[in-house]
Amino acid sequence: MTTLTDPPAESFKLSMLVYDTRYRSITFQIVALVAFLTLVGWLANNTIQNLADLGKEPSFAFMTDPAGYDINQRLIEYSSQSTHLRAAFVGLLNTLLVAVLGCATATVVGVIVGVLRLSGNWLIARLMTVYVEMFRNVPVLMWIVLAMAILIETLPAPSAFRGDDPAATMKVFDSVAFTNRGVYIPEPLFSRGLGDISVFGAFGISLDLIAILLVLGVSIFISKRIGKKADATQEATGIRPRTWHLRTAVIILPTALLLLLLGFHFGYPALKGFNFQGGTHLRNSLIALWLALSLYTAAFIAENVRAGILAVSSGQTEAAAALGLRPKRIMSLVVLPQAMRVIIPPLISQYLNLTKNSSLAIAVGYMDITGTLMGITLNQTGRELETVLLGMLIYLLISLSISAVMNWYNNRVKLVER
Amino acid sequence: MKKTVFLGALTAAGLAAGAAGATTLEDVKARGTLNCGVSTGLVGFSAPDANGEWTGFDVALCRAVAAAVLGDQTAVEFVPTTGKTRFTALASGEIDMLARNTTWTFSRDVDLKFTFNGVNYYDGQGFMVPKALGVSSAKELDGATVCIQTGTTTELNLADFFRVNNMGYEPVPIETNAEAQQQFLAGACDVYTTDASGLAATRATFENPGDYAILPEIISKEPLGPLVRHGDDEWGDIVTWTLNALIAAEELGITSANVKDMSSAATDNPEINRLLGSEGNLGEMIGLNADWAVMAISAGGNYGEIFEKNIGENTPIGLARGLNALYTDGGLLYTPPFR
Repeated sequence: MTTLTDPPAESFKLSMLVYDTRYRSITFQIVALVAFLTLVGWLANNTIQNLADLGKEPSFAFMTDPAGYDINQRLIEYSSQSTHLRAAFVGLLNTLLVAVLGCATATVVGVIVGVLRLSGNWLIARLMTVYVEMFRNVPVLMWIVLAMAILIETLPAPSAFRGDDPAATMKVFDSVAFTNRGVYIPEPLFSRGLGDISVFGAFGISLDLIAILLVLGVSIFISKRIGKKADATQEATGIRPRTWHLRTAVIILPTALLLLLLGFHFGYPALKGFNFQGGTHLRNSLIALWLALSLYTAAFIAENVRAGILAVSSGQTEAAAALGLRPKRIMSLVVLPQAMRVIIPPLISQYLNLTKNSSLAIAVGYMDITGTLMGITLNQTGRELETVLLGMLIYLLISLSISAVMNWYNNRVKLVER
Repeated sequence: MKKTVFLGALTAAGLAAGAAGATTLEDVKARGTLNCGVSTGLVGFSAPDANGEWTGFDVALCRAVAAAVLGDQTAVEFVPTTGKTRFTALASGEIDMLARNTTWTFSRDVDLKFTFNGVNYYDGQGFMVPKALGVSSAKELDGATVCIQTGTTTELNLADFFRVNNMGYEPVPIETNAEAQQQFLAGACDVYTTDASGLAATRATFENPGDYAILPEIISKEPLGPLVRHGDDEWGDIVTWTLNALIAAEELGITSANVKDMSSAATDNPEINRLLGSEGNLGEMIGLNADWAVMAISAGGNYGEIFEKNIGENTPIGLARGLNALYTDGGLLYTPPFR
């Protein structure tokens, strides 16, 4: 008869940390971590020590000093007497503006090009191939500079609009001026406006805009309810009531009434002195950067879209066709929903690329966060380390926010597996 | 990702600060070349000529320092810097000295931790406009679009000038003089503003210089001079006294043509003898050879010769000496004695 005994209780010996496979990997990881942290600490300490020796202890006190320089494109109130912090904020908003405009345009262009590249039409498909290969194989900086050069050299200067027989005239019913300083378009104005509401005393938000958005939101909500009610009626009786006229009226009428109450009208640009005054001024730098960034990124997005569509097996399309679905419905109901889960993840990184590429803005004199905080502020204060660290932190936050939003969207559209 | 970037920045800063350790003079001698920061191209001050050789008023100073230190005026590595990159380049040790029409200001000297080594050109900020605009004074520029190099003192002066005079303007920030030229000539800005000397130099390169006017207002004091890193006084002294030697040479009538003769035999003037090393031991005191000043002056001549050759009235740039004449001629150039 055999008796089972417990294995002898081994006492823990220090050498087991290295020789026992159960502990070895943990030991090495801890050693590596300590070494890494020591290195980081040494570098940080060395930097601070060296900067202190140079008499430049890291400090962010300069951020509250007056900036002293002017910025041409500012979405919030700013003058040369404002602080460096505010200048950085103006730059941040400019970065976000061009990033949002760029991402939106790049997505639209990219999706269209991607779908057309799969077109059966030989010419269209080849043209789209040329577009994609041309844009994604040339550095984006070249495209930005080229776009700016074209805008500056081909469009007329404001002085060309002067005189009895001007060399250039305003387009679109005399309301839009294309000049080599940018495009001047009519701006919406309110003669009985509600004024601005101050947020933290730092910047104002137009109450008119809030009111319009609020009314529009409520209208859309009501319109949706009408649509749902119509669905219910259709399901109960099999007859769908006509609601489109009602829904259109619900959306348009309240907003139109509000605009009328606020005294809505357009302010047109007019040549006064050296430049056009009035209207909204879309500067060349913004247009060039926006165009170049979106066309460049669109080439990559087009490839993502094409890959996504090709990833859906042809069996799916054939099965849908066998069920009697028409091609348009096959694309929207069967192919695209499945393609989305392939398209979205690389799309996130394209959005991030576009946002980070916008830091090339200074090449055309667009005052983004790189131009203000890490450009002029850095130069006038000589605080390289502080401004660059702050700038990197801001880009990091922007990128992480984009990732978070897009990941949330990705989770919504991804294939639900059971 | 976050850590990597952070680490990179710290490494860069750590290395940069570390580079300032050894003395600059030792570094330059060991390297055999002088790294001199210049502009990316401003004709007359620093620009490569048709053969790719850097020439100009600021370049001549680099060459004089290289000649004084290394005995070879061609032992210079010219590093083009923009208004934005120049201070980082100097602070990080990428260049040994900066001679890039840089304005001497309190904050640059004190807060940015640089040492200015004197003034090689007394300048002021001006405005250039196309004559077709019909503007005769800077006070008429309300609402104008102004091209301006970013990261310069002119940017701050411009903001102050328009604010004080209650005028509005639209700044168009640009990086280099060449870009400004392109925008200005295409009419994308009405006005180009920078130092008056820079305006003259830029205008000289235009196809029709006569179509452009420089407005009479000079809105600032811009003493331009070479600068080095703070804290290395021996090196600072070398740059300072090389510049002084060039000015003193003009004062004492030493030119590139007669410097060899004057140095070979002691003259009647003891100051000339001390400067050229045939009397006393000034070279030894500053840590250079006895003939350091002879080499510096031989490189491009005295201050007056350098001025006339690069930016003087007989060049396309055509600047008068004005404030930059010797104090004996009614200018501001006055060097301490060589003793």
